[in-house]
Amino acid sequence: MLSYIDKIKEISIRLLKECRVEMVIGFRKGTVPMMNEPHFAKSPEDVENFVWDSNCGINLCNYLTNRGEKIGILAKGCDSRNIVTHIIENKIKRDQLVIIGVPCKGMIDKRKISAMFEGEIGEVIENENNITVKGDGFEKTLNKKDVLQQNCAICIHRNPVIHDELVGDLVEEQIDVDRYEDVREIEALAPQEKATHFEKLLEPCIRCYACRNACPLCYCPTCFTDESRPQWVGKGQDPTDVSTFHFLRAYHCAGRCTDCGACERSCPVGINMRVFTKKLEKDCLELFEWEAGLDPDVRPPLDTYRPGDPDEFIK
Amino acid sequence: MKIVQINKENWTDGLKKLSEIYRLFGPVKEDDFHNFLELEQGQLPDLNCLNTRLSPKSIIYPQSEVMFEYTLDENQKDHHILKEVKKDYSPQAVIGIRPCDARAFALVRLNFDTPEHQDPYWLKAYEATTLVGLACESPCSSCFCTTAGCGPYHEEELDLLLIDSGDQYWAKIITDKGKAFLKAAGWTQTVDEKTALKEIKAKKQAAEDKICSTVNTDKLREIETNELYNAPFWEEVSFSCINCGTCTYVCPTCWCFDIQDENLGSSGCRMRNWDSCMYPLFTAHGSGHNPRDTKLHRVRQRFMHKLKYYVDKYDTGIQCVGCGRCVRLCPVNIDIRRVCELMNSHAAAKD
Repeated sequence: MLSYIDKIKEISIRLLKECRVEMVIGFRKGTVPMMNEPHFAKSPEDVENFVWDSNCGINLCNYLTNRGEKIGILAKGCDSRNIVTHIIENKIKRDQLVIIGVPCKGMIDKRKISAMFEGEIGEVIENENNITVKGDGFEKTLNKKDVLQQNCAICIHRNPVIHDELVGDLVEEQIDVDRYEDVREIEALAPQEKATHFEKLLEPCIRCYACRNACPLCYCPTCFTDESRPQWVGKGQDPTDVSTFHFLRAYHCAGRCTDCGACERSCPVGINMRVFTKKLEKDCLELFEWEAGLDPDVRPPLDTYRPGDPDEFIK
Repeated sequence: MKIVQINKENWTDGLKKLSEIYRLFGPVKEDDFHNFLELEQGQLPDLNCLNTRLSPKSIIYPQSEVMFEYTLDENQKDHHILKEVKKDYSPQAVIGIRPCDARAFALVRLNFDTPEHQDPYWLKAYEATTLVGLACESPCSSCFCTTAGCGPYHEEELDLLLIDSGDQYWAKIITDKGKAFLKAAGWTQTVDEKTALKEIKAKKQAAEDKICSTVNTDKLREIETNELYNAPFWEEVSFSCINCGTCTYVCPTCWCFDIQDENLGSSGCRMRNWDSCMYPLFTAHGSGHNPRDTKLHRVRQRFMHKLKYYVDKYDTGIQCVGCGRCVRLCPVNIDIRRVCELMNSHAAAKD
C-alpha cells in the first residue's frame, strides 16, 4: 500500500491540472504516531503533502456531504461504499466526483498497538507487511495483519466498489471471514445480560459525539440528540440518555452502515459501538440479503417495499 | 519544614489514615487507559500513569451536575420552588495530579471566580479539594507544558508536590492544606532540605530537558484580533474537523456549560452539563439563526478563544497548559501546536 503514493500524487496532479476537479481529498502526515489528517489539495503544489499508509482509517466520504464543487476523492473499499450510499441518498452527485480507488489491505489499530506497550510509543515505521514500533526502551516489529482494526480484519470489500481511477492493482478479497462472531455472542445473552453488557460498554462514554461525527451516514442537519423542540433525549450523563443516543444512532444506520470503523476509531475512550451497527448489518443481510453501498442503482431495503419482505416479526 | 520524606513502605498506611478524613481520588487503570476515580477502601492510586486519558477537571466540575430540584405536586408545601440540592463538600484530595492539570484550575478560576460572579459549586468543590501533585519524570512527546506557562515540576495551584525518589517520595509543602494532608497521613519525617532541594533541582532540570515539543506564543497578544480572525489558514485548519467535542471535553481548561431542566412526571431538576464550542447547538439562537453556522467558524472560535481572546482579556498567557490531550485524542489529528504556530507566525509576519 505504501507504493500507492506516487500514483495518488500523479492522478491528483493530473485531475487538478486538467481542471477536472476543484479539490482532491486525501490525507497528510499526522503529527503523532499512527495518525494522519484528512487534507485537501486545491493546487498541484498542495498534492505534495499527501501520504498513504496504514493510518488512513478515517472515512473520507464524510467530507463530501452536500458539497457543490467537483471533487477528486481517495476511496478505500469502505469509503467507496459510503460514497455509493451518499449518491443513493442524494448527498453528492456522481458526476461531481472523480473517485480515486485505493485497494486496501486494512488499517492498523492504534489503540490495540498502544495497549501492547507499557511506555509511550515514539515512532512507528511501516513497510509493506510489518510495522516497527519504537519507544523509550523498547522496539518491536509486528506483522500488520495481527494489528489491524477489527473491522479491517473481517473486511470482505477491500477493493473500491466504484472508481474512476485506480492507484494500484486490486487486492485479493478475504473469503471465509466470520463477520459476526461477536454479534452472535451478544445475541446468545439473556435480555438482562445484554442490558448489563451494553451498560458496561457505554459506561465510559463522554458524549463527545466523535462516533456520530466521524460517520459519513450521520449528516442530519440537526441530529435527534440536538433537537430541543421537542427534546428527545437528555443531555446529561444519565446512562439511559447515553444509551438512547447510541441505540438510536445505530438504528439510523441500519441498512446503510458499511462497517468502515470510523466511529470506533474516533472514540477517545475506546468504546466499540460497532457491535450495535454490526447487529443491524447482520439482520439486513439475513432478512434482505443486503449489503450496504455496493450498487448506486439499487434502493436500500429500508426505503423500499417488496411483497416478499420478511414479516415474521409482526405475527 | 518545607519538605517531608514519605517512605514508600508507609504509603499504604498513610493513605488508609487519609481515607478516614478525605475522599481520595487518584489515577486508576481501567481497560487500556487511566482516569481519575474515587479510590475505594484500600485501593491505591497508580502513580506509574503517564497521564490520565481525561483531565481531572471533572472532580471539581462534573460533566453533569444537578444544581436545583423542584416538585410540581401541589400537595407538597414547597411546590414550584427551585430548591438547592444538598451536596457533599467534605474534604477530598486528588493524589497524583500532574502539574499541568493543577495549573489548569488557575486558568478555569478566571471564569468561575470573578469580582462580579462567583460560581458557588465550583468554588465550594475547589475549596474542599487538596491537590497532591506528582512531578512528571517522563513527559509525553506531545506535552508542551514548558512553553505553555507550566512545567513538569510546576507548583501553581498545588498544595503538595510529590517527587519520586526511588524508595521514597519527597513531598514539597506548598500550602497549609498540603501541610494538613501530610499530618493526617502521619507523614512527618523531616529531611535534610538542602540535599533534597539539590536533588529536586537536578531532577526538575532533567524532566524539563525531556520536553521536546514547544509552542511560540510571543506575538499573539500584539496582533490585531481581526488580522488573525481573517487569516487565510482557517479553511485548511478546519477542513478535517468533524466537530465532535473530544478536544473540549478532554481539555483541563475548557469550562463551558449548558443549563438544562429535566422533568419526570411531577418533579425534576435543573442541571448543568459540559458544553462544547465545537457543537452547532452551542450558539444556536432561539430565532433559528446561528452566528457560528459553519465548522470553520467553530474551529476558529476554539483556537481564537484559547490563543487570542483569552490572551487579550487576562494577559496571563494562553488558555492551555500544554497537557497534549487534544493532540493525542483528536480523531482527525488537528494539532493545537501546529495551529498556534500558524497563528503566531502570521502575527510575526504582520510585525
